[in-house]
Amino acid sequence: MNEVAQVEEFEARIRQGEKIEPKDWMPERYRKQLVRMMSQHAHSEVVGMLPEGNWITRAPSLRRKMALLAKVQDEAGHGLYIYSATETLGVDRDDLVQALLEGKAKYSSIFNYPTLTWADIGVIGWFVDGAAIVNQTMLAKASYGPYARAMIRICKEENFHKKQGYEICVTMARGTPEQREMLQDAINRWWWPTLMMFGPPDKDSTNSAELLRWKVKQKSNDELRRHFVNITVPQVQALGMTLPDPDLKYDEEAGAWRFGAIDWDEFWRVVRGRGPCNRERLRARRAAHEAGAWVRAAAEAYAAKQRAKQETNGVRAA
Amino acid sequence: MFDGRASGRPTSDTDMTTATLDPELRPALFDYLLRLGDDALVLGHRLSEWCGHGPYLEEDIALTNLALDCVGQANGLLGLAAEVEGAGRDADDLAFRRDALDFRNALIVELPKGDFGFTVARQLLFSAYAHLLYEALRESAFEPLAGIAAKAFKEARYHLRHSSEWLIRLGDGTDESRQRAQTALDDLWMYTGELFEKDDTLRTLVDAGLAPDPRALEAPWRERVEAVVSQATLTLPEDDFMLTGGRSGRHTEHLGHLLAEMQFLPRAYPDAVW
Repeated sequence: MNEVAQVEEFEARIRQGEKIEPKDWMPERYRKQLVRMMSQHAHSEVVGMLPEGNWITRAPSLRRKMALLAKVQDEAGHGLYIYSATETLGVDRDDLVQALLEGKAKYSSIFNYPTLTWADIGVIGWFVDGAAIVNQTMLAKASYGPYARAMIRICKEENFHKKQGYEICVTMARGTPEQREMLQDAINRWWWPTLMMFGPPDKDSTNSAELLRWKVKQKSNDELRRHFVNITVPQVQALGMTLPDPDLKYDEEAGAWRFGAIDWDEFWRVVRGRGPCNRERLRARRAAHEAGAWVRAAAEAYAAKQRAKQETNGVRAA
Repeated sequence: MFDGRASGRPTSDTDMTTATLDPELRPALFDYLLRLGDDALVLGHRLSEWCGHGPYLEEDIALTNLALDCVGQANGLLGLAAEVEGAGRDADDLAFRRDALDFRNALIVELPKGDFGFTVARQLLFSAYAHLLYEALRESAFEPLAGIAAKAFKEARYHLRHSSEWLIRLGDGTDESRQRAQTALDDLWMYTGELFEKDDTLRTLVDAGLAPDPRALEAPWRERVEAVVSQATLTLPEDDFMLTGGRSGRHTEHLGHLLAEMQFLPRAYPDAVW
């Protein structure tokens, strides 16, 4: 079969809603787009451990500490799981991690913002995990089977994280004036970066058309963003908190919230490395990797010794 | 083997609960539960410092698991301590509103996490002890403690296996890893004696069948540690100089910093609920 016919057959399968599996033929471009998206997703889980990990040792109660430990652990698990799913596309996790450490691979820019108070832990669970759920619920229907299956599993845990995050916020909203102030401040700081998580506006999104056609994505960035705003605004109001957007208003006719202009200059600035924590996050990942080098070398050396022993025993037995 | 239910109180056919506890035993039992709870809390804190910074993503998950087990144990043990004390405090009050002098953890758990070799070696030395301790505590005549011990025993078994496997890999890995693992063992050794000390608190509880005699745990502990250390091709330190103080509130300089970080929010906002 020539490539034109292969592409036609591939796209026909996608139109019929079939899942593409690792051993199926796929256009090189499809494979590359998936490696890019999935590895960015895995990196985001791993880098995302840092801002929340920042509060594990300062969690204000034992119950909160356990919940936060479990959440950050889930994120490490998601990272592993998505790296494995990405490896089905013929890439190696070590190479992907190397690209992250060298600053060549991207991860979600949201993790380049700092966690300044305990309220940030609540708001991240609520906003950031909430936005991730909107995105991942769509990706759970992605045409690539291993990615879709990873998303189904991950979404369940993210829903739990979101509930926990919102519960922290509810507790603080009912709390002392200082707690309410912390919560409002965290909402103000995280709102716009969260809206940016859905990616550039449709008119500037270079990858979108192709990803939609191949049903990697089913909805555009702007559609997902609007959906998130519509579900989140009432939750903010329920807490008696406000959003930092003077242009936010309800459009009765459309039954939807209209929001103000997003500062896309800030988005691109942070994507290109000039956010508040870009350098720190990468430095922390590199430091962990470098500090662990001797441990990994030891594990390899030990495994090699064990293999050599087994071979010697095998020869003797033979 | 220690069997508190056979040797100790109560004389009735039911085990002791907080309600039926002999009032004279309360202070000692409160003190003992603080020791157990603080060991778990402080060690859990040190383990949690690895979250996001481990040598492998898989190891991040494993160390976080260990931390979670420890904080979970602390929650149960300090909650029980608060009940036994009967002064209206709860587990969080005990964790977040006591100062260093009132902490009763062994010194070994409060030492900074060090490199991965130090963390692994400490975990082995402590888990080998915790494994024996909770195995015996499953038979405590104080029923709520026996219940906590049943779960903690299973967790300690996993912690012991995990740390044993790593110490063997590090000891029998490269020259560097071997050197680091040996240094960690040598540095930690003088903190191990404290785990097996028997003071008035323990004398009271051992006599009542509530706790095993720590001295009886030392020989099997040593045997277990020696087996792992030898498989790791490392040397068991011979120095018999031992530090002590944690059980009476005389800690290292490190605990104050740990508590300053851990207790910051409840201390800064004493009226807030989180």
